[in-house]
Amino acid sequence: MTDKTENPILELEAIDTFYGPVQAHFGLSLHVGKGEIVCLLGGNASGKSTTMKVILGLVKPAAGDVRIDGISTLKLKTPEIVRLGVGTVPEARRLFGAMSVRENLLMGAFTRNDKDGIAADLERVLTLFPRVGQRLGQQAGTLSGGEQQMVAMARALMGRPRIVIMDEPTMGLSPLWVDRVLELIRDINGQGVAVFMVEQNASLALQIAHRGYVLQTGRIALEGKAADLLVDTRIRDAYLGGAEAA
Amino acid sequence: MTSWFDHTINGLIIGNIYALLAVGLALIFGVSRLINFAHGSVYVVGAYVGWVAVSVLETPFPVTLLIVVAFTGLLGIVIERFGIRPLADAPRIAPLLATIGLSFVLDQTVQILFSPDPRAVPMQVPNWRINIGGGSIGVLDLLIGGIGITAATALFAFLKLTKWGWAVRATALDRDAARAMGVDVDQVNRIVFAIASALGGVGGVLVGMYYNVITPTMGFEATLKGIVSEVVGGVGNVPGAIVGSLLLGLVESYGVALLGTSYRNLFAFVLLIAILVLRPNGLFASRRQLPPEPMTGTFVAPSKPVNLPVPLVAAAAAVAIALPLLIDSGYLIQTLTNAWLYALLGLSLTLVAGTSGQVSLGHAALLAIGGYTSALLASNLGWPVWLTLLIGGFAAAGIGTLLVSPAFRLRGHYVSIATLGIGEIVALVILNWESVTRGPIGVAGIPPLSLFGYDLYDTNAIYWFAFALMALLALLQLRLLSSHLGRTLRAVRDDDIAARSFGIGLNRYKGLAFAFGGFFAGISGAFTAHMYSFINHETFNTQISVLALTIAILGGMGNVGGAILGAVALIGLPEIFRVAAEYRILLYGIALLLLVRFRPQGLLGTV
Amino acid sequence: MNALVPNPALDAPHPLLEARGLVRRFGGLTAVGGIDLSISEGELLSVIGPNGAGKTTAFNLISGLDRPDEGSIRFNGIDITGKPPEAVHAAGLSRTFQHGRVFANLSVADNVLVGAHRRLRAVRPPWPVIGPLAELALALIRPPSVKAEEAALREEVREILSIFGERLLPRIDQPAYSLSYANRRRVEIARALASRPKLLLLDEPTAGMNQTETAEMLEIIADLKARGQTILLIEHKLDMVMRLSDRVIVLDDGKKIAEGAPLAVRNDPAVIEAYLGHGGVGAAAAAGPASGDSVRLLA
Repeated sequence: MTDKTENPILELEAIDTFYGPVQAHFGLSLHVGKGEIVCLLGGNASGKSTTMKVILGLVKPAAGDVRIDGISTLKLKTPEIVRLGVGTVPEARRLFGAMSVRENLLMGAFTRNDKDGIAADLERVLTLFPRVGQRLGQQAGTLSGGEQQMVAMARALMGRPRIVIMDEPTMGLSPLWVDRVLELIRDINGQGVAVFMVEQNASLALQIAHRGYVLQTGRIALEGKAADLLVDTRIRDAYLGGAEAA
Repeated sequence: MTSWFDHTINGLIIGNIYALLAVGLALIFGVSRLINFAHGSVYVVGAYVGWVAVSVLETPFPVTLLIVVAFTGLLGIVIERFGIRPLADAPRIAPLLATIGLSFVLDQTVQILFSPDPRAVPMQVPNWRINIGGGSIGVLDLLIGGIGITAATALFAFLKLTKWGWAVRATALDRDAARAMGVDVDQVNRIVFAIASALGGVGGVLVGMYYNVITPTMGFEATLKGIVSEVVGGVGNVPGAIVGSLLLGLVESYGVALLGTSYRNLFAFVLLIAILVLRPNGLFASRRQLPPEPMTGTFVAPSKPVNLPVPLVAAAAAVAIALPLLIDSGYLIQTLTNAWLYALLGLSLTLVAGTSGQVSLGHAALLAIGGYTSALLASNLGWPVWLTLLIGGFAAAGIGTLLVSPAFRLRGHYVSIATLGIGEIVALVILNWESVTRGPIGVAGIPPLSLFGYDLYDTNAIYWFAFALMALLALLQLRLLSSHLGRTLRAVRDDDIAARSFGIGLNRYKGLAFAFGGFFAGISGAFTAHMYSFINHETFNTQISVLALTIAILGGMGNVGGAILGAVALIGLPEIFRVAAEYRILLYGIALLLLVRFRPQGLLGTV
Repeated sequence: MNALVPNPALDAPHPLLEARGLVRRFGGLTAVGGIDLSISEGELLSVIGPNGAGKTTAFNLISGLDRPDEGSIRFNGIDITGKPPEAVHAAGLSRTFQHGRVFANLSVADNVLVGAHRRLRAVRPPWPVIGPLAELALALIRPPSVKAEEAALREEVREILSIFGERLLPRIDQPAYSLSYANRRRVEIARALASRPKLLLLDEPTAGMNQTETAEMLEIIADLKARGQTILLIEHKLDMVMRLSDRVIVLDDGKKIAEGAPLAVRNDPAVIEAYLGHGGVGAAAAAGPASGDSVRLLA
């Protein structure tokens, strides 16, 4: 493995998570190295979204440990975890629909107090997403799906994150927008930010990721380098549900 | 005669005070999805803190205002921290019930500290009036208007221009996404409760000066008016709440001008029901949208109900029947008779709120319908009491179901608000329909209970009659629950969408639950009327509705044995220990708070 | 849209379900942008497409949980556009939900019995006031006919549950909230079957199930189909779709991008592009078997 993974920015170690009597994770372990793009693949109800909630501290695992840059987050509240450098692009974007695009972006910098730094980052983010810049005054809920996805990614960058976690960033987008979003994820990563993305669209995600995990009913079924996973027939067995699909 | 100009000014001033309440309710609903029934109690506290400041400390007006803001703002923080936050993961209705418990505690504490008597709040501004046209505006009117506008401007600036203001709006729009941005939503809740409570407190002290009188019981009405304003403007919509408040103030003021003071509240509640039924998202909702989902979810904690062994139940029943022969205490027997009547009410509500998930806050109205029907038929027409009892039950079932039927399409908290409003409407109709109900005088000299032509005067005979009725109807309810209707009602409670997808029409089954439960409550109300020989519009008040809900929760929602046990515990025990009346209501409030927090499944578990 | 094979539903004189031009918008987003869909009796039609493509929204429009902004739906000879879910169910449609909407506090048996609600004799009289009162009277008096009906239904519930082997039968009296995710999905299917629907809508019946459980579910659905049950299926596991479907519709971004026989759809370039991504898993797999030394199989 590369040295990137030796000091991981994110580590999940043998976590068990429960919703009431139902268990969502069974000894789940994974990690994301600094500057890496890692994708977590899996079908609906495989435990992907719960994984995102655990990383953000919105759900606490019953066993195991979660570490951001070596610091255990089990006892931390979500704002403290965000302050460690975790940006989020939630599932279905979840913009604040009745607030302006500008207000949405500034909400991304909520945990920061450096006014000048925030202003500078707004400039920087807008050069990365020029389209968002044209819409600063508009209500976020009136944007198209693709534009909303841009705002959601720009918002995540406003917190100056060291890792951005993304929950199905291409969900509900037309093929044209899917390509753009993937390009932008590469660009974000190019700025040294690690990306951990949950995706259902395996081959898309694996094309831009360095490594991938396949999650099935709360367990890691497969893991490896993206290039290897991309050509592994077992990924279909584990994830798409059988070999005859081809 | 006062002019229309005066009515308009009066309406706007009252509307301004409603707005101080409604804006807070809207803010709290926005971030917590909670209708805060303790809000009016904070307003009462504000009024009394203001009274202490003016009358005891003799502070000037601005200082009075500051003291009220500080005290009630702090109270809001305390309420949020200890009353609401522990229930963050509980069903949505749990914090609502907690705020009802809190309102009992706050109101009664004020009453115990300051006595129930009305007090005058000295006006701290000169009583000059400016004459305009046919009417006049006073300095206090202008002051109240000015404070309203200042508060609204400050709030707007806070929400629009500050970081925490954005956090409040973001949390209201999408709580989880706000948390993912690193917003401490507990802090947001704290800020919102502090602001809302401070505004409510200011409203309290201003209304005290405006009417020159405050009482510890004025909070409940204030809560209701705030809620009506909020619903009119669209629940959770802050500017909407302001417009809704002014509208309500004007409607009330003109209504009073046309029909008289006793109609004031009738206008408010009819407006409430009309808006809930016709435009549940408020006057200003434009787009077709799904109602806010998080408000659904019933107060049913998953639990295994305690299975009472048949011999134990039989033994308890035998003891209950033999008790008058064993113990020579008329007082105890009367108390237990009362407990059996409350058990009937508890059975009714445990079916409606527990089994069917429709948390009714207006159940006392069913008692009133049954009580008045039976009392009037027996005293005016001389019909036999056993017959009027039955008719009272059927009247409560029929009229009650008919009245509440517009609310069948509502879900979650809206059901509670609507039933509360309908309950208030029934009480106000009784008060105003003097030709039939004898208005505020009430019905006196109601014929005593009778059976087979024999009047029942004997305490023990009445006891046995009440117990027999209660036991019979409890068995009937058990039979209902074991039929297909039992599972159907519980399906409606657990997931009404899934239930509808399997052909369960909500109107039909909610109607059946209210009718069946209404019959029980009607019998209970009718029995009570004949037992006491006097009732008026205040005999069956909202406190009884809340007490009934506490009984149902204490026993375990939907649990037949639990409703009986709950009634004995909440009616019997305080009576036996001779707890004074004002402490008793305090006790009920605390009981409700503790139950919701620590034992939501009640004593015997939910069914 | 590619018409890849003759559409059997179009040949049939009266398709069981026919939706035309369905549109549903949420704010600035168009979740469903003009979808046509029809299914004939005995057919198994699958709807596939990435998350957010509008599949569940379309299901909600058909089953009456949501109303279309535009378009019409006919089912079993009647117009059900904008009709409430109870009316759509009465016309013969039963569905399952993506996230498993069981009645949490009801036992497994009671959950399934709710599915048979419309079949109860007591429930039938539709007249206002008298109908419900008659139902109440029958429930309280419980004449022998009502008792016999209930007993027969309880027996039928056991039969229905037995298609899941020993998964649910031993838990028949347990409350649904204590069940695993997969078992909740099974209860939902059992509940829908208890209503003897003309059309069964299954929304991702195998979500959250592992391979063994998925294979089991595939057998069960195949069996239902063999018995003549008409089924509309949303599914992500392509293998299952390929093996079960008579016809497949592919949605992307709220629009239908392909329709036809499973294999034809599977090889449609537009589908591979939208659903399986550039190059596609299939194409990648065709490039050769796994080299994957660094890939560890953990399950």
